[in-house]
Amino acid sequence: MSVILELRNLRKNYGALAVTDDVSLSVEAGELHAVIGPNGAGKTTLIHQISGLAPSDSGAILFDGQDVTHAPMHERVRAGLARSFQITSILPGFSARENVATAVQARSGSSFRFFGDPSRERALDDEAMEALATVGLTARADIVAGQLSHGEKRQLELAIALATRPKLLLLDEPLAGTGREESERVVETLQGLKNRYTIVLIEHDMEAVFALADRVSVLVYGRVIATGAPEVVRADAAVREAYLGEEAA
Amino acid sequence: MYTTLILVQTLNGLQFGIILFLIAAGLTLVFGVMDFINLAHGVQYMIGAYFAFAFTTWTGNFGLGLLLALPTALAFGLLLEALVFRHLYDKDHLEQVLATFGIILFLNQGVKVIWGSSPLFVPVPDFLQGSIVLFEGFFYPVYRLAIIGAGLAVAALLYVLVNYTRAGMLVRAGATNAKMVAALGVDIRRLFMIVFGFGAMLAGFAGAMVAPILSVEPGMGDNLLILAFVVIVIGGIGSIRGAFLAALIIGLVDTLGRTFAGDVLRLFLEPGAASTIGRAVAPMLIYILMAAVLFFRPAGLFPVKR
Amino acid sequence: MLDTASPAAKAPATATTPADAPAASAAPRPPLWRREALALALFAFFAVAPAIAQVGAEGYLLSLVIRAMIFAIAALSLDLILGYGALVSFGHAAFVGIGCYAVGILMAHAVPDIFVQLLVTLVASALFAFVTGAISLRTKGVYFIMITLAFGQMVYFLTTSLAPYGGDDGLTLPSRSTVLGTDVLENDTVFYYLVLACLVGVYALLRAIVGSRFGRVLRGTKENAVRMQAIGYDPYRYQLAAYVIAGMIAGLAGFLLANQLEFVSPAFISWQRSGELIIMVVLGGMGTLTGAIVGAMSFLFLEEILARITQDWKLIFGPLLVLVALFARGGILGFFRRAK
Repeated sequence: MSVILELRNLRKNYGALAVTDDVSLSVEAGELHAVIGPNGAGKTTLIHQISGLAPSDSGAILFDGQDVTHAPMHERVRAGLARSFQITSILPGFSARENVATAVQARSGSSFRFFGDPSRERALDDEAMEALATVGLTARADIVAGQLSHGEKRQLELAIALATRPKLLLLDEPLAGTGREESERVVETLQGLKNRYTIVLIEHDMEAVFALADRVSVLVYGRVIATGAPEVVRADAAVREAYLGEEAA
Repeated sequence: MYTTLILVQTLNGLQFGIILFLIAAGLTLVFGVMDFINLAHGVQYMIGAYFAFAFTTWTGNFGLGLLLALPTALAFGLLLEALVFRHLYDKDHLEQVLATFGIILFLNQGVKVIWGSSPLFVPVPDFLQGSIVLFEGFFYPVYRLAIIGAGLAVAALLYVLVNYTRAGMLVRAGATNAKMVAALGVDIRRLFMIVFGFGAMLAGFAGAMVAPILSVEPGMGDNLLILAFVVIVIGGIGSIRGAFLAALIIGLVDTLGRTFAGDVLRLFLEPGAASTIGRAVAPMLIYILMAAVLFFRPAGLFPVKR
Repeated sequence: MLDTASPAAKAPATATTPADAPAASAAPRPPLWRREALALALFAFFAVAPAIAQVGAEGYLLSLVIRAMIFAIAALSLDLILGYGALVSFGHAAFVGIGCYAVGILMAHAVPDIFVQLLVTLVASALFAFVTGAISLRTKGVYFIMITLAFGQMVYFLTTSLAPYGGDDGLTLPSRSTVLGTDVLENDTVFYYLVLACLVGVYALLRAIVGSRFGRVLRGTKENAVRMQAIGYDPYRYQLAAYVIAGMIAGLAGFLLANQLEFVSPAFISWQRSGELIIMVVLGGMGTLTGAIVGAMSFLFLEEILARITQDWKLIFGPLLVLVALFARGGILGFFRRAK
């Protein structure tokens, strides 16, 4: 298998605090790679660095053979790196359909077109509906996104990310804040996406992760302390001490 | 001769900067703590000048007039706060612009109705009349020195209030994170009211102080409002220290620029062109300065940490 | 921070679907004349206004309506960046001023041709918008408001120092622009319909733009700029393009204003004028385009009516603005939409 994303000695400090401390990690094409860690481990900062929302102090990010360490976020997205946000980030005044269609539009043709109604562009609309179908939101396509339920918004965000036709999906705690039923639906969706997309899943909820992931990396205080298959990581002594032990306590 | 001119204009610039600071101090707090765009801050300066005129005429004594103008300006600020501003804190910036613009129209016209539209003059108090010799051959009006002194005293007082009192601590915390302060159980509305009233009084004080050296007229606050915005943006919104330094910089740049821009350009250009361009560039200097500051430091020179 | 909950954002999304879309989609959107009923009514009013004014034989009424239409054009251009792009420009009068002075200066140099003047107006305002926009758009929120104010003030002070062109006092034009060497614009009726044609054209252009792919990106950026970046857009480029378009249209308004008054002055560029443009847009209801026209009309007509009642009309007008800010969320259009 080929490596699609590689982090080399990535660092990020906030003042004296090392939030990302010499992180090296490689993600292989086709796998679902989970990054877990206790609160404050620096998971979200790491995903911000990978996606380009936060700059890195040093180190390198290689994506699909390109060095994207200093590329702005929109260029990384165009290279195939899509992400979701822990705090749902959608266009609340747009309908669900238009949210997704806007993402499709970003990679199909120029957006410096000042005439013509894009909602009448079949190509955009069809792809948007397809992505909405993948996450099970077909029936809610014409609802204003701001009025969707929390779980539906999370699903919509996933559809938006899929609509960018990513080579890699970065998902920032897709289960955060969802109820039991909703979280089951999200896990189901993720099961469906697995094997079709390369996914980096950042998650706090470990049980869901162990069921889904091909490989797991454990982040503690900005450092990766273990990487491997779920059962290997679960058995790792350092992990048990730093993470599981803490959880159990 | 030329050195004297430079010195005089430098002092004038300082004096202007001090006045700007008195106006900007309240504006930066209202803006920083309440996230409130108050275009009507300039008319509060104007109101202060009119109060000073009215009370000085009534009592026949500028000192007494000033003493009465201050609490009146405070009361007026609190009245406006209760009537209008209080209901705007939760609105977005554009609605604040709309409402405070309406207040400008109203008050500019209001003073016209009460006091007429022609400029009014307040005599310089007797004991501050005339000029003193700072050193040989160098005279400077006593009253302007008094403004500088009074302004510095107020700046010092503000410094102490903001840094060493509980209210000041809350104001500083509020400028950083108003939600957090509210979460601590502080009555944020009362804090806002105090900050607002205090800011209005400072602006009124500035207006009262300049009444004897400028003409008191409707709309006199409109351009100073914009200058005060320039000051707080350069200084960093919410920062008293930034406002103080930026006010002095703006006061000096504007005053010296208007006097010497042509002369400086004459070093590079032929005299005719130099004075034409100098006259054109001088009033733009502070805006060029502001654009440059924002270009390189988008949050001003002394950004309040958030 | 700025108007996260604008009327545009609150309005139900236009359920726009191709006619042959899947059955799950909402009803097809209403026909053009119903969607644009208000705009068409306004234009119809403008079209017949000269006839009505003739009956009253009051020439000044006509010039008031012309002024309202010109400011409607300026307000429309501001609505593109303010209402749809959430970019609060506090220096928009500078573009009007550039249009004015392009006419004034060319006139002073005996170049009265309308096409040359228009070309210079559009190029100059586009250039100014491009340069100042490229700098201003690096800042956000309140700082954007202030830096646009700074650029506006620079133009203001520049014009006050243009001694050969009247400086502070302004410049009286020898005539209106000429069309192919004729003075046809001296005819007030012809000029009136030229302005109306510009207004309709600008409205149609902006309506197309906000509904286009470009407009979608602009609106999306207003909704959530980070989200737009995260699907592959660079908001800066689109905002800058919108800023340039808005600047050019405001320049056109300045061109018309100079021609109407046959006079240009730095007073057209002061910060209060920029403030008034914002107020027209907010007053009418931002992010709707029609609101900008309604706002400009309300502002100027109200001013005129109140001024006839009392010379202290600002004592009434000021508090009215306060009341609108306090109670009429979404401006006049928003008020009526809720009342329905």
